Amino acid sequence: MVKTWVTRQFLFSMFVTCMLFGSLGNVLAQDNSPTDDEVNAISKQLYCPVCESIPLDACGTQACIQWRDTIREKLSAGWSEEEIKQYFSNQYGVRVLAEPPIKGFNKLLWYLPPFSLLIGSLLVIRLLAKTRTNLNTLDSGISNIDNADRYVDRIENELKQWE
Amino acid sequence: MIVNLGYTALLLALICSLYSIVSARVYINTNRYQWVDSARNAVIAVWFLLTLACLSLVYLLTNEHFEIEYVASVSSRAMPWYLKATALWGGQAGSLLFWSWLMSTYTGVVMLRDWSKERDMQPYIITASMLTLAFFISLNAFVENPFNVLWIDSFGNITASVMRPNANLMFTPKDGAGLNPLLRHPGMIIHPPMLYLGFVGFIIPYSFAIGALAVGRTDSVWIRATRRWTLVAWLFLSLGLLLGGRWAYDVLGWGGYWGWDPVEIAALMPWLTGTAFLHSVIIQEKHGMFKRWNMILIILTYALVIFGTFLTRSGVLSSVHAFAQSSIGPLFFMFITITFTISLVLLFRGWETLGSSKTLTSWLSREGLFLLNNLLFMGILVACFWGVIYPLISEIITGQKVTVGPPFYERTTGPQFAALLFLMGIVPLVAWRITTVNRLGHLIWKPTIISLVVPIISMISGVMNFAALLSLWLASLVFCVTIYEFYRGAIARSKSSGNNFYVALWLLISRNRRRYGGYIVHLGVVFMAVGIIGVEMFQTETQGTLALGERMHLGEYSLVYRDLTEFSANDGRVVTRATLTVYKNNKAIGKLEPQRDYYKDSMQRMTIPDIYSTLEGDLYVLLIDWKPVGLQQATFKVYLNPLINWIWIGGFGFILGTLVATWPDQRDRDILTNNKSFAQPL
Repeated sequence: MVKTWVTRQFLFSMFVTCMLFGSLGNVLAQDNSPTDDEVNAISKQLYCPVCESIPLDACGTQACIQWRDTIREKLSAGWSEEEIKQYFSNQYGVRVLAEPPIKGFNKLLWYLPPFSLLIGSLLVIRLLAKTRTNLNTLDSGISNIDNADRYVDRIENELKQWE
Repeated sequence: MIVNLGYTALLLALICSLYSIVSARVYINTNRYQWVDSARNAVIAVWFLLTLACLSLVYLLTNEHFEIEYVASVSSRAMPWYLKATALWGGQAGSLLFWSWLMSTYTGVVMLRDWSKERDMQPYIITASMLTLAFFISLNAFVENPFNVLWIDSFGNITASVMRPNANLMFTPKDGAGLNPLLRHPGMIIHPPMLYLGFVGFIIPYSFAIGALAVGRTDSVWIRATRRWTLVAWLFLSLGLLLGGRWAYDVLGWGGYWGWDPVEIAALMPWLTGTAFLHSVIIQEKHGMFKRWNMILIILTYALVIFGTFLTRSGVLSSVHAFAQSSIGPLFFMFITITFTISLVLLFRGWETLGSSKTLTSWLSREGLFLLNNLLFMGILVACFWGVIYPLISEIITGQKVTVGPPFYERTTGPQFAALLFLMGIVPLVAWRITTVNRLGHLIWKPTIISLVVPIISMISGVMNFAALLSLWLASLVFCVTIYEFYRGAIARSKSSGNNFYVALWLLISRNRRRYGGYIVHLGVVFMAVGIIGVEMFQTETQGTLALGERMHLGEYSLVYRDLTEFSANDGRVVTRATLTVYKNNKAIGKLEPQRDYYKDSMQRMTIPDIYSTLEGDLYVLLIDWKPVGLQQATFKVYLNPLINWIWIGGFGFILGTLVATWPDQRDRDILTNNKSFAQPL
């Protein structure tokens, strides 16, 4: 009887273990199978060389579908986002990336707009430096404009200009 | 017959446009009035001739004359009549002709309406505008001829030309290739004309500017004369951009409205300089300052208009919008180089006379802040221009092809757009010449406190993204300040005149339309900014494959896949349409039917979304794929685009505000006609 009980307990334990491992297997299998959203998250950072300015996640051509399948395979194999992007970049050139990496000649792409804004700002500052009035000295002199009547005058004066 | 009529009209239009240039030149040399009158008549004749050419082409398109190369390439029997007619601008040759016709309409109206104004400049205005028009007409006449007929020789070789080659017979295909499926959308009926009207419209203020430089005019009266033209061009360009965004949203199936595509940016660039010009020119009118800068801006706007047309049509850059590519690129490039050089030569020749003795009084003045506004517009322009041309530069210098996608533009222009919003928030409260910090603080504290309500409510609702909160606060600030400006002005008027508030508000707006029209446009910008913030910062998406009856979720919405049908449409499409029931918080609210169209003639596929649209946002559903056997499973991509409809609503603010600002004003007319020095007969 004890033997039967032990045998039953053993079989039950084996069953539970098998179920657990089976479930675990399924869970692991699910983990390895990336969702469409995970594929799209990487796809939208890539452009196929054939299509025109359409990111990979929005493109319906056969080539882009194959690329998305490749991303899915790489994700299943445990590759990281950066590794996958690097893979496509190595295979097809940096043009597949939505943004060129900030290195080499491409630094010029990223640095020129802020640099030109800086130059523009310096020119504006130079121009403003020539302004004739110092705000601090004027502050007390025109403090009387801080009232509502001044605004009435302003509106009326401006309207009179047109009348 | 109609072909010959159309082509002859085109050639005569070219001859008349060249004649008008020569005639204007003869007047400049001889000072004999009849020459400039003759030039003006030639300009008007060009409009009649181009109208005839356009009508001829529309007739050929709507009557299925497939022996015409252009008709065979852009239309087909299955297309409805309105798409056949609008195929006028569906291909390279036709759209160039349409471009020329719109431009001749503008110049014709200027000749009829503004002939008595700025008469000393008229010969130069004619020269500048007709030189541009002659260039476009010659492209049509000699390179991209919409009236080319198809011919076939005894070996079966097909050629296209106006004249019949020896031993050839006319070839009439049974059907045309049809319009590019992407263009078979109601939005395309109106989007290109709007964009072209915007592009072409900027040629008028440019022509006036060239006229002013040529005769050495340093006053601002000519600017006043062209103000309405500039505003009209700006409005059409704005609407063209907006409609283009709506078309992309409805047709391209990427869930967005703006992809920072080179052609989109090509249309945005003249809008940026045009907007900077509209602000900066106010300072010239008020205080006679920034004359040189305004000249630079208008020349730049013109150059960018031509550059944008070049980009779209040359095929030099790849783009989803580059429908019409041909070998006209080098000709465009030459034209841009020549006109830009001539403009710069004229500008530097008049550089000294354009100088102003006046200087800025304070950085905290409306002039000073307008200068910052211009700096930011130029900063955005540089980023856009650089991003567009960088792939070419990289390929030429390093041999490496690169893609400059949305992340670059978003990072480089985003902070500058935010800074522009901030300026929009404070400039209305800043006076001309000088404002003190105290005064600004006194005026701004109330709207600032009220504006903080929006980011605070957003935070309470769970928004913790700093950039989003900052942007929402800026949009809210602009809204509060603008409304406060209307309120203060109306109260001030009401107190001084004794009128009730609403009458005072009406009088305030009607007597200073330009300022308050501008404020209405600013309110439109606020709505658009809210929409852009919603989509760019809070868009969510998911994709999944469903069996019939299965459900997928996104936010508070869920979708149940009900059905998939496949059928052939009358216009040659094979349509695969899915039906989904939409639930919001588990309550059924409607059904959506996204579809995939396959055009058999061109073998092109289009993914057409279906959208559940509310003011709160759009549920945007795409049918990505399906199992062909049994139609049991289908893959859907779903986007949740919060607040996106605020962008389109903002467009109405643009229209209303610009209409208010451009509405004819007797006082403007008085200023122009009272300026006797320019009202002399020639």
